[in-house]
Amino acid sequence: MFMSSKPEGGKPPRTARLQEPKPVWAEGLKRMYDSVVGEEVPDEIVALLKKLDRASDPN
Amino acid sequence: MRVVPHLRAFARGLCGRADFADDLVQETLLRAWQARDRFQPGTSMKSWTFVILRNAFLSEARRSRFHGDYDPDAAERLLSRPADQEDGIHMGDLKSAMMRLSLERREALLLVGAGGLSYEEAAEIAQCAVGTMKSRVSRARRNLEELLDATQARSGHQAPSFVSHEEILAEMDKLVGH
Repeated sequence: MFMSSKPEGGKPPRTARLQEPKPVWAEGLKRMYDSVVGEEVPDEIVALLKKLDRASDPN
Repeated sequence: MRVVPHLRAFARGLCGRADFADDLVQETLLRAWQARDRFQPGTSMKSWTFVILRNAFLSEARRSRFHGDYDPDAAERLLSRPADQEDGIHMGDLKSAMMRLSLERREALLLVGAGGLSYEEAAEIAQCAVGTMKSRVSRARRNLEELLDATQARSGHQAPSFVSHEEILAEMDKLVGH
């Protein structure tokens, strides 16, 4: 009671969550992540990778 | 390195800012290079570098570099443009809600929901038990939905369409690759 901010009585029982809305956020989350994956890697990072490559293989 | 785009996406999701995220990726690459002898061939390079990135993030966060820099409300105002609305959800609302989750829950959703990793892989990265990861994901989902519901109620965004529980489970299963 003191610990809960949920209104008493108004909340359906847990099983009623079966009818909850489709989690459009699930698709949104994936899209958010994939959009960064699809970005071109910034020059500074590419430069760092090249530097590290050279450093590990002196030939 | 093929993992770099994924490192960038994980970092962006963790700290919520593109510039900090890329600094974090550079730090990760340096640390990974320094520790390259400890990488075991045949294991996942992605998981290995994700652990390094996570540790780099946590040490930065402890030094409070990322702490308090992100204002979810400002981000919400900035990002919630009509152009961001797709399929009944504002991407700005989603980003904002993600940043309001605890780090543990945000990380769980990033790895399993967004990144499509298995619970096992995600647990390995977050250095917790598989069962713990499962419960973090489910708490994070509930928490995120509550935050999004509250945002919708406040702004009067259109409620998304309703589908059956089976479809929800199927979608989540698809996301986690089972």
